[in-house]
Amino acid sequence: MLEVYFMNKKKKIIHPYIPNSVPEVKAKMLEEIGVKDIESLYEDIPEDLRFKDEMNLPEPFISEYALKRHVEQILSKNQTCQENLSFLGGDCWQHYVPAICDEINQRSEFLTAYAGEPYEDHGRFQALFEYASMMGELLDMDVVNVPTYDWGQAASTSIRMAARITGRTEILISETISPDRLSIIRNYCKPIIEIKLVKYNTKTGKLDLDDLKAKISSKTAGTYFENPSYLGCIEDQGKIISDIAHTHGALSLVGIDPISLGILIPPSNYGADIVCGDIQALGMHMQFGGGLAGFIATRDEERFVMEYPSRLFGITSTAIEGEHGFGDVTYERTSFHDRVEGKEFIGTATALWGITAGVYLALAGPQGMQELGQLIVQKSQYAMKKLSEIKGVKIPFYQSSHFKEFVVDFSGAGKTVKDVNKALLEKGIFGGKDISVEFPELGNCAIYCVTEIHTKEDIDRLVRVLDECLN
Amino acid sequence: MNKRTKVRNFHQAKWDEPVIYELSNKGERGILFPEIEREIKTIVGDGFSKLPKNMKRKQPPHLPELSQMQVLKHYLRLSQQTLGADLNVDIGQGTCTMKYSPKINEKLATSPKLTELHPSQDESTVQGILEIIYKLDLFLREISGLDKFTFQPGGGSQAIFAMASIIQAYHDSNGESEKRDEIVTTMFSHPSDAAAPTVKGYKVINIYPNEDGLPDVEALKKAVSDRTAGLLITNPEDTGIFNPKIREFTRIVHEVGGICGYDQANANGILGITRAKEADFDFCFFNLHKTFSSPHGCGGPATGALGVTKEFIKFLPVPLVEFDKEKYYFNYDVPRSIGKVRSFYGVVPAILKAYSWIMSLGSEGLKEVSQIAVLNNNYLLKKVLEIRGASAPYAKGRHRIEQVRYSWDELYKETGVTTEDITSRMVDFGFHMWSSHHPFIVPQPFTLEPTESYSKAEIDEYIAGLNKVVEEAYENPELIKNAPHRSVVHKIETDSLDDPAKWAITWRAYLKKSKK
Repeated sequence: MLEVYFMNKKKKIIHPYIPNSVPEVKAKMLEEIGVKDIESLYEDIPEDLRFKDEMNLPEPFISEYALKRHVEQILSKNQTCQENLSFLGGDCWQHYVPAICDEINQRSEFLTAYAGEPYEDHGRFQALFEYASMMGELLDMDVVNVPTYDWGQAASTSIRMAARITGRTEILISETISPDRLSIIRNYCKPIIEIKLVKYNTKTGKLDLDDLKAKISSKTAGTYFENPSYLGCIEDQGKIISDIAHTHGALSLVGIDPISLGILIPPSNYGADIVCGDIQALGMHMQFGGGLAGFIATRDEERFVMEYPSRLFGITSTAIEGEHGFGDVTYERTSFHDRVEGKEFIGTATALWGITAGVYLALAGPQGMQELGQLIVQKSQYAMKKLSEIKGVKIPFYQSSHFKEFVVDFSGAGKTVKDVNKALLEKGIFGGKDISVEFPELGNCAIYCVTEIHTKEDIDRLVRVLDECLN
Repeated sequence: MNKRTKVRNFHQAKWDEPVIYELSNKGERGILFPEIEREIKTIVGDGFSKLPKNMKRKQPPHLPELSQMQVLKHYLRLSQQTLGADLNVDIGQGTCTMKYSPKINEKLATSPKLTELHPSQDESTVQGILEIIYKLDLFLREISGLDKFTFQPGGGSQAIFAMASIIQAYHDSNGESEKRDEIVTTMFSHPSDAAAPTVKGYKVINIYPNEDGLPDVEALKKAVSDRTAGLLITNPEDTGIFNPKIREFTRIVHEVGGICGYDQANANGILGITRAKEADFDFCFFNLHKTFSSPHGCGGPATGALGVTKEFIKFLPVPLVEFDKEKYYFNYDVPRSIGKVRSFYGVVPAILKAYSWIMSLGSEGLKEVSQIAVLNNNYLLKKVLEIRGASAPYAKGRHRIEQVRYSWDELYKETGVTTEDITSRMVDFGFHMWSSHHPFIVPQPFTLEPTESYSKAEIDEYIAGLNKVVEEAYENPELIKNAPHRSVVHKIETDSLDDPAKWAITWRAYLKKSKK
């Protein structure tokens, strides 16, 4: 029972989340334990470690209704991508989330399960196995992990895996990687792995092969590039890059956006050994960046499988003929089994988003993924074309192919991205992500993202408003 | 329910649900996406032909083909074949703090006012969510006594990794990072307290428990030196025994120049009772998906909220969320920041749920949470000790904080029935029962944590379940060894999961290998 202020008076309440606060129940339990009060149960915490003051927290909202009003009032200060027209991309993307994705990840059973056994949590194991199976088809690879925190972690672990497999400690990364992701990788690799950046061709946005050849050596554990890159360009030299890596005894690592694989070939088809990326686009709301989840995929070879730190769920048989069972594959690799020799570490990450991505892929099916991919490239090609026609606007890598994101340069209009975005915001448009600090060599540039959620009218409106504020 | 034994005549949903590929029927569609506008098509064509020739996917990916209701039904069945905390008396997954995750918080976190926010929006458009992030930081400062929190780590393990990174960055700033290459932790701390610093290149020293079940102070004294970078330690540890000498631990480590990180992933028994500050820790972290009620989601998304003292704010990952009395904003000016550990600002819905949970309880409410969690745990302890074959190693006759690591060793010696067998049989009554992290220092371990959420009647039901299974163990051990009998599936064959020729992590791998 707790005392709270209610109508300016102290009032005793039984909190709905704490059943055994009921005095009679509490007394009975204390009697059973054989102590006179709860304080006696804290006998092992010495006086000098006790916190004597009150925590300075706001008075609580004791009714659910008041709580709801309070939180909603704060949230109402947000302006969303639903209320406005957004072209933001860059590591988090606005795609349509099918209703069934939300329905499934809000199910009490999945939402509140955790770490049960392959019996009572059979559904959790099967749903994540199916997620991996469908991702495996998208990627044309036989092993996919239970998802990790995000693409940054997936890329970091892919690099660590490559280092362990090759016994080498240097990694070559394309400069067109997302700077945030590079920051995650740098911290994750420090001080074990040395990172060297490989230049890109500032005309095409593709990897500079000469620079790659100059930097690769017998120390290189792997090469890593993203396709499409953070700058939106599709890299079509994948096979050449992988061949260069393999010639030097290194592995080829590629990061991708899986929603592009309905129309683009997966990296395994151009020689990639380890593929990673983010599944947020596959059925997760953006949630201010909270919807991210990373995947890692490889071929089904022992030297790869044994280097995953992640849970890997496999299918097996049971005591009953014909019954599918599921369980952990090579659990002994993980830090759950061996806290020192286990591969990296494993803990709670993003399983629910993995289940959701499985639902998304099952709904979309082969045709859906293909149609969606086509729809997205048509819309982004249209947006690029229309934007390039505005006076003062340039699309720096127009000659290269793109998927859903592309760079827009406002240098010709003599405006900074900040100015442009401010003007757009006044008209209810969230302009592209400002990359003028991240990629100063490109000038006053932003990354624009166009997906299936944008109608022709949305794109035309962007073009019209931009034209108005630039010219 | 059988009134006499209080055990349910339970059977879990068993749909015998095929793998989704077995349900596929060529041509069926689960969802349709928008049609391309004719005008766009006229201008850009099919879009496909502009792609590089060698990058075009000729064959669509081999995904299953199902209509919408069939997809829904399949996943609803799989959900029914999963035992979430909302359905069972979830006190069997000890250390995990399987408390009630209030539905109102789910409603709030699934509002478009949160879900439809892009992380790169202009600060002026996200003042509401920044306010919640900032205020949760203020709340956790009160709860821990520390000075600044980041919510970027996407789980407890990532928070531990961030602590190890900050420890390294700190010693780096003093030119000592090469010399200080050892991290000390304890065997009853979470495995990641050892595993995550190993990734940073640290040599990890694990302190074993003494006969009281507490990490040995003498062993710590021997372990530390001028090579010590820091200490990462859980308290109470998995045993639920509070380490009363915790301040001696931090003193010993500080004296040799090390940094101390408090693993408070599970702080459910000590809110408002004792804090990281009073124990002289430099960092601590709380799992918002444990103590602070955000749901576990089958294993995430989650948050390891990491707090530090003033001295270490300059090492935190960027950006920090600040308030200048007028507006909330991102601060990227963190001079010695370790960079980023996760993209953007963390798992924002978990942050919102924790905020809302604290706002529903207040200071007194949080204390009540801990006190009742401790009451429930000691009640459960009393009852478990009455069960034949069960014991609670260490600290005999003492009370525990929020959980207890028990042992079935006596039962095992008398019947041959193992913890694993009992876990499989508890399932037949609708319960989880978790063993322990490895290595099993306590023989035949099991770990229970009743939190504040379960009523006395529910705890009694769980105890009745244990009693029933133990009775069976002595009378008919074979019944238990072949369990489960009333769950979704029967005893699985595990050898193939460790055999490269047989393991199958995807359906396509399974098809290839089962053909052979």
